[in-house]
Amino acid sequence: MTDLTQNPASTPGQVPPRHGSLLTQGARTKRRNAAEKRFQLYGMIAIGIGLLMLVILVTTIVSRGLGAYQQTFVTLNVELLESKLDKNGNRDLDEIKKVSTFGYAPLVKTALADAVAGYGIDTSVPAKDMDDLLSKGAVAQLRDYVIENPDQIGQTVSFEFLASSRVDGYLKGRVSRESIANDKSISAEQLDLVDDLIEQGAIRKQFNLSFITGADASDQRPEAAGMGVSMVGSLFMMLVVLVLSLPIGVAASIYLEEFARKSWLTDVIEVNISNLAAVPSIVFGILGLAVFINYMHLPMSAPLVGGLVLTLMTLPTIIISTRASLKAVPPSIRDAALGVGASKMQAVFHHVLPLAAPGILTGTIIGLAQALGETAPLLLIGMVGFIASNAPDSIASGLLAPNSAMPAQIYEWAKRADPAFYERAWGGIIILLVFLVTMNTVAVILRRRFERRW
Amino acid sequence: MNQMTSVEKTVSTEANKITAEGVQVYYGDTHAIKDVNVQIEDKTVTAFIGPSGCGKSTFLRCLNRMNDTIDICRVEGQILLDGENIYDRKVDPVQLRAKVGMVFQKPNPFPKSIYDNVAYGPRIHGLARNKAELDEIVEKALRRGAIWNEVKDRLHAPGTGLSGGQQQRLCIARAVATEPEVLLMDEPCSALDPIATAQVEELIDELRQNYSVVIVTHSMQQAARVSQKTAFFHLGNLVEFGETGQIFTNPTDPRTESYITGRIG
Repeated sequence: MTDLTQNPASTPGQVPPRHGSLLTQGARTKRRNAAEKRFQLYGMIAIGIGLLMLVILVTTIVSRGLGAYQQTFVTLNVELLESKLDKNGNRDLDEIKKVSTFGYAPLVKTALADAVAGYGIDTSVPAKDMDDLLSKGAVAQLRDYVIENPDQIGQTVSFEFLASSRVDGYLKGRVSRESIANDKSISAEQLDLVDDLIEQGAIRKQFNLSFITGADASDQRPEAAGMGVSMVGSLFMMLVVLVLSLPIGVAASIYLEEFARKSWLTDVIEVNISNLAAVPSIVFGILGLAVFINYMHLPMSAPLVGGLVLTLMTLPTIIISTRASLKAVPPSIRDAALGVGASKMQAVFHHVLPLAAPGILTGTIIGLAQALGETAPLLLIGMVGFIASNAPDSIASGLLAPNSAMPAQIYEWAKRADPAFYERAWGGIIILLVFLVTMNTVAVILRRRFERRW
Repeated sequence: MNQMTSVEKTVSTEANKITAEGVQVYYGDTHAIKDVNVQIEDKTVTAFIGPSGCGKSTFLRCLNRMNDTIDICRVEGQILLDGENIYDRKVDPVQLRAKVGMVFQKPNPFPKSIYDNVAYGPRIHGLARNKAELDEIVEKALRRGAIWNEVKDRLHAPGTGLSGGQQQRLCIARAVATEPEVLLMDEPCSALDPIATAQVEELIDELRQNYSVVIVTHSMQQAARVSQKTAFFHLGNLVEFGETGQIFTNPTDPRTESYITGRIG
């Protein structure tokens, strides 16, 4: 209140107002206002930097990852020669199955050479090297088709084969004639052939659904790798996490918050729960390895084990947020319930818990989202690896069959040598981010919808 | 409103409803209530007055064991309700609170409908066998709470949407819905305006027909208006207890006189 600085403008004779005019700012006020302006500026700069980072992040991810959603396909008419596929001609499935992919390879080669000749393309590529343009999986695709449709043997069927990752990269601009100088997988002549086939419409890019639904593929076939199986693995883990951590976490928080008498023991528990929330996730991973796999002999790489480890990680988050939302329910509601003769449990379950539910749900969803993006603990329990089974098989085999998880799959792709996998890692990150953003949006909507104000 | 009515109220000669003997309350190391003896009669309004922090609310909360919810609170001595010690180990506080209802300082309706607010107590105590009976109980309670006419058309509107005075009367209706024998009121009018206060006071006077009412109040005028008996608390001691008229016109203890005349508190 008292301003002790002397006013130098005071002259004898006229009495200046003690605090100066209201229309001019004093030196102190000016400094104070300048400091406030400066602080606001710092804040705006900080937000600007944050937004800029976000924009860089999103544009980088999208620009690098979108390529994975397009794939190059080669359209070919393949004659399914009876003489090669079913020598006896009796369409016995067991006999047809005896023909390995080696038996099918010549059919594909011939079909490609015939197509090139049919388009009237003049090429120096020998016919035996032409199938470098196709994915190594093309032959298997053909065989699967024949085994499923044995009556088609002897017909000519049109197929869309995956192009090899080099051809795919060439169409996407990842591979150029300079970059393949030391590449044994493809030559400049073959790229010329690709150019010609593109002109004829036999090679083109289209939307690649199997990236979203498919399984991982071996090192030689990045063009066939997909996220589907690891999405199923993540889903199984999230189910385990939800089923375990929500009831355990909520029960623990209700007991600690509403029933437990405050003592040194509850203090210790409280401090340790907060500490657990800050424990690096890899610690939980090695704990899971030691307890669940080495001691309890649960199967390696199984979503059940992954879910258990992530439950350990998620519990502190859920307990902390549940306790916070229980604390936020005004004590007068508890008094009111106890006052009309409700037992403590009735007061909690009839009145406190419904009011805390939006907060609990939000905390749970955010905990799940955290668990969904967690990679480190999965490395230790072996949930990174090559899972060759296709999506329907892995769903059927459930919680105990080896599986991968989305972040682990991304990590796996990112460390493989072929740059085509790198593109798929970015594509996988897009899927992961879509899940995370969706979950967080649901959390925000739930909070807005059900939040009650007093 | 009219101070004269309180003086001429006759005090019923029925047996004591609640008898407190040598009650001591400790909050951790703090001795909050020191050796209080008091008799609360049936079908009377007993007012507890005294300066802030004198322990009158604490003592009130002892009467239905609401203090049990505070970990560090410890009660000694005995409080008899109809001759039974409510601090006996065999007493379930939940059953006790059904007999001794409570209305709080701040109106605290549940964030549910008006109907559900009142029906909650009867529901958990199983007082109604079917919907019709429950409807009847709710209507009776709301009528006793003198709020029926205002809410009968919107029983399913949220109780939190009512005005402060209406909320407090709803809380009173909620408290009487479980058919308690004693009604404890902890400064029920401190958050209300004068008109709502007058309504609640009128209601308290009506409730006296059926219940024994204990009210904690900061307002001496309110104590004089609504109560037949008054207890004056000071620093955890029960200084004086007697007929309201006598306490306000002819207090025996100098501390009571100082408080009533405005020299302390």
